[in-house]
Amino acid sequence: MQERMTGMVRQETESKLIARAKELLADQTVARVLGWKSGDMDYNPEPGYFNSAQELESQFVYNGFCGANLSKYMIEASKMEGRTLVFLKPCDTYSFNQLIKEHRVDREKAYIIGVGCKGKLSAEKIRQQGITGIETVSGAGMDDGCDELKITTIYGEEASCSYASAMLERCHVCKGKEHVIFDEEIGESRDTVDAERFAEVERIEAMTPEERFAFFQKELSKCIRCNACRNVCPACNCRKCVFDQDKFDTSQKANANSFEEKMFHIIRAFHVAGRCTDCGECSRVCPQGIPLHLFNRKFIKDINEFYGEFQAGADCETRGPLTDYTFGDVEPGIVAERSQSCSK
Amino acid sequence: MQRIGVFVCHCGSNIAATVDVKKVVEMVKQEPGVVHAEDYQYMCSEAGQSRVAAAIREHGLTGLVICSCSPRMHETTFRKCAEKAGLNPYMVEIANIREQCSWIHKDVEEATKKAVILARAAIAKVDRDAPLQQGESVVTKRALVIGGGIAGIQTALDIADAGYKVDIVEKSPSIGGRMSQLDKTFPTLDCSACILTPKMVEASAHENITIYTYSEVEKVTGFVGDFTVDIRKKARSVDMSKCTGCGVCQEKCPSKKTPNEFNRGLNTRSAIYTPFAQAIPNVPVIDREHCIKFKTGKCGVCSKVCQAGAIDYDQKDEIITEKYGAIVVATGFDMIKLDKYGEYSYQESPDVITSLELERIMNAAGPTKGHLERLSDHKPPKEMVFIQCVGSRCSDKRGKSYCSKICCMYTAKQAILIRDKYPDVNVTVFYIDVRTPGKNFDEFYRRAVEEYGVDYIKGQVGKVSQTGDGKLLVQGVDLLDQKRILKKADMVVLAAAIEPNEDARKLATMLTASMDTNDFFTEAHPKLRPVESPTAGVFLSGVAQGPKDIPETVAQAGAAAVKVIGLLAKDKLKTNPCTAKPDELLCNGCSVCANVCPYGAISYIEKEVRDHGIREVRRIASVNSALCQGCGACTVACPSGVMDLQGFSNRQIIAEVDAICK
Repeated sequence: MQERMTGMVRQETESKLIARAKELLADQTVARVLGWKSGDMDYNPEPGYFNSAQELESQFVYNGFCGANLSKYMIEASKMEGRTLVFLKPCDTYSFNQLIKEHRVDREKAYIIGVGCKGKLSAEKIRQQGITGIETVSGAGMDDGCDELKITTIYGEEASCSYASAMLERCHVCKGKEHVIFDEEIGESRDTVDAERFAEVERIEAMTPEERFAFFQKELSKCIRCNACRNVCPACNCRKCVFDQDKFDTSQKANANSFEEKMFHIIRAFHVAGRCTDCGECSRVCPQGIPLHLFNRKFIKDINEFYGEFQAGADCETRGPLTDYTFGDVEPGIVAERSQSCSK
Repeated sequence: MQRIGVFVCHCGSNIAATVDVKKVVEMVKQEPGVVHAEDYQYMCSEAGQSRVAAAIREHGLTGLVICSCSPRMHETTFRKCAEKAGLNPYMVEIANIREQCSWIHKDVEEATKKAVILARAAIAKVDRDAPLQQGESVVTKRALVIGGGIAGIQTALDIADAGYKVDIVEKSPSIGGRMSQLDKTFPTLDCSACILTPKMVEASAHENITIYTYSEVEKVTGFVGDFTVDIRKKARSVDMSKCTGCGVCQEKCPSKKTPNEFNRGLNTRSAIYTPFAQAIPNVPVIDREHCIKFKTGKCGVCSKVCQAGAIDYDQKDEIITEKYGAIVVATGFDMIKLDKYGEYSYQESPDVITSLELERIMNAAGPTKGHLERLSDHKPPKEMVFIQCVGSRCSDKRGKSYCSKICCMYTAKQAILIRDKYPDVNVTVFYIDVRTPGKNFDEFYRRAVEEYGVDYIKGQVGKVSQTGDGKLLVQGVDLLDQKRILKKADMVVLAAAIEPNEDARKLATMLTASMDTNDFFTEAHPKLRPVESPTAGVFLSGVAQGPKDIPETVAQAGAAAVKVIGLLAKDKLKTNPCTAKPDELLCNGCSVCANVCPYGAISYIEKEVRDHGIREVRRIASVNSALCQGCGACTVACPSGVMDLQGFSNRQIIAEVDAICK
C-alpha cells in the first residue's frame, strides 16, 4: 500500500468524508471505518479498513475510480466487535438492503454514510481509447467537474479523454442518485444516464439461438475461472459456494466439456436471479472483460416482464418474486405463454 | 457401495412384449453394485414378492431396484415386501419401465435400451439411498366440510352418523346451496325443497354437526390428520342465540332495494334478510353495504321492532380456530357470466333469461310467485325458445370446453313443466346433442318430445334480437333439414354453462390441492380414487370436482364421507420420512427456503455450530418434518444447495441424470 504523497491537496468532498470519519471514530460511534485506500496507481484504489485518524489521513481516497461496492465486506464486519462506518454509493445501498433481507449483514452493526457519486471510471475504458501506459490521471476527483480526464503516460506523453467515455457500463444506465439506506449523506451526485438499460439484452434476444450461442461462447471462453466475479458479487454470499463443495458431485460438472465456462456462469446467474441488484461489480472486476452482467440483466428483464417491475434491494422487506410463495403466483403455463409472447 | 438386487417384471405381456426383459437383466448385471438380477412374470404377485424376499436373504442385498410399473402403483407393495425381509423400506427404488417405456414405445430394441437406462438411473439412486424411518402423527377426530349445499350436507350427515364430529362452513347466510333454488327435480319431478329441506333440518339438528353459516375458511395449515383451520364468522349483526326468526325486522326494514341474490337478482330484498323462507339457520343477517343504519348512522328500525333484542350493530367478525383430521371440499358451482355472449341479447332484454332464473320464476316462492310471465311486461308468453350449450362444449376461449352435463335434463324438465301447466305455450329447444345417460333419463326426454310435444331442433342459434313489437327474433339453423330458421319468441331461456365457484381456486391454494385447467378440483386417480384429492386428507364432494346432477352428487358425497370415516377411524398415521433437511454447517440463514415453502414448514433457529475450529452462533434453517410435504421447492431455491430432500437428495438426482446421460 503506497502512502499518499505529502503535500497533495485534498478536495473538499474527500476532506469532509475524512473529517466525519475521524469524528465518528473519536466519539466511539464506530470501531473502524470501511472505505477505499489509495492503490499503487491513481486508477486502482482498493477497499480497506481504517482504524485510526492517522490511517484515514494518509490512505483514504474517494474519487471516480472508487467503483468497488463495499456492502459485501459488511458480512465479515457484522461479526466484528462494535459498529463499522461504511461508505456506500447510491447503487451500493441496494446491495446492502438485499444483504439485510437475506440476514447476511447486521444493520445495527453498520453506520452508513451515503456518499455522492458522479459516475465511476475504469482504466480499461481509457486504454480502449488507445491511451496505454497510464501513469497519472487527473480530473477524477469528486470536485473536479467530471468533464475531462487528463492522463500522463510512462512514455512521457499527455493525453485526455472525456469523463463519460471512461465511465463503467453500469453508470451509463445508473439506477439513480438516491441512497435507499443510510444514516447520513455526504457529497453531491450527478445524473449519468445516457443509455438504455436493456438495449444490449434486447440485441442478444433478437439473435438466432446459434448466433446467441456463438456470442456467449466467444465471450465466456475468455474466462480463466479466477472466481473474481463470484468473490466480488454481493449476492454470491454463500458460506460455501456449490462449486467449492464436494458433497453434490457438482464441482466437476463444470468440467463436462470444452465449453466448461458456460456452466459456471449460467449456474451463477441462476443462483443470483431475483437477488442481483445489477450493481455491475462482476463485469467491473473481470480481468478478461467479459460482460457478465448481461446474464443477470436478462433475468431482471424477464422478472420485470413476468411479475412486474422489481428492483432487488430497493427495500429490505419485500420478498423477491422468485423467492416467494403467494396465492397469486402465475401458473407455469402462463409463464410459458408470456415467454413466447416476449420472444416474439 | 450397496449390494443391489434388480428385479425386472414382465407384467404379463405389458412390459415383456415391448421390452426384452432378459436383455435388461443381462445388462444391469454389469452395473457397479449389482450383485443379483432376475426377471419374473408378475413381480407384484405373491410368488414374485417371495422371490424378492428370498434374494434379499440369499445375496445379503442392501438395496432393491424393481423395474416395473409406476411407483404410484406398487412402490408401497415392494417397500412392504422389503421391510418384511428385514430391509429398510426406503432402500427400494422403482424404475418405471411400463408407463414410461413399454406402453409408449413400439420398437423393441429402442424400448429395451431405454429400460436399461431407466434401470441404471434407479441403480445409481439406490446406491446413494439412506435408510429412513417413518414417524407417527395423531388423527384429530373431527372433519370439516367446506360448502353447505346438498353435497356438503350429505357428506356431513354421513360422517356425523358414523359418530364423528363435523363442521360445515357455508359462505352464504343459509345452508341449502343451488338445490334450494331449484323448483322441481328430474326425472321424477319431485319438488326440490321438499327433498332438500328435511336434510337441512336433519343436519342442523344433528348432535355431531356444527354449522357455520355466513362464514369462510380463511387459513389452513397442517397436514392429513392434523389440519388447523381459521374460519371467519362474518358479523351477522344479529345475535343468533336471541333471534326467534319471527321475520318482523325484514318486514319493517325500510331499505328494500337490494338485488335478491337468491332470486338471481330478479327482484329485491330488504337489507336485513334471510335468503329464503326455509333458511337454516332461520336467523337474518344485516347486509351492511345496503343497510341505512350502517350507511348513514340513522334508522335502527329493526332494532326497535325486534322483541327479542337480537339486533347487534356492533357485532364483529369472529375468527374460530379449530383442528380437523380431514377436509371435504364441497364448494359447488355457479353459472358462467354471459357478458361475452352479446349475440343472445341477455344484457339487453329482460325476456332473455338463464335457466336458473327460469327455475326461480317457476318456483312458487320466486319473484313471480310461480307464474310464468315475461319480466318486461308481465304477460304470459306464447312462444318459448330454449338454447342449449351456451358456453358449454365451446371450442373458443369465451366458454368452457366441457359439457355441463345437467342442462339437457333440466331443459327437458322445464319444457315438460311448462307444457303441462300451460299447454298453450309452444316450446322449442335448439340443441347440439341431447345427452341423456342416467337411470330413467332418456325415457324422460322422450316424454318431453312425444307426450308433451316439445319441438327439438338440432342446431345452434346465432343471434337473438329484440323486435319493435316487444318480441324476440331468434335466428338459428336446423342442421337436419339444412335450413335457416327465423323464429319469433316471447321468452328465450339460455342453458348457460356451469363453472366452479369463484372462490374455489383460492381455497385450492390454501389446501395445496390441485385443480384442472377449468378450476375443478383434481381427483387422486380419475377412476380408482375419484373422491380423494391428491393432497392427503382432502376429499372432494359434488360439482367442485366436476359437473354432476343431484343423484350423482349425493352418491359422491356419501363416498367422500366413507373415505373420511376410514381416515378418522385410525388413531395414528404414518408420516412420510421423505422431508427436507438442511446441512446446518453450510446454511446461510438467508430465508429463501422459508419464503418459498408453501406449507410454512421452515423456520429459523439461532444455533451454536462448530465449523473447522470456529464456534459461533448462526441463524440456520429448521424444518418441521410433520408439516413438510417433501415438495422440494426449498431444495431448488437454496443457492448454497444446503436443503436436501431425504430420499431424493441432490446427489441422488444428479447421479440419476449422470446414469441416464452415460
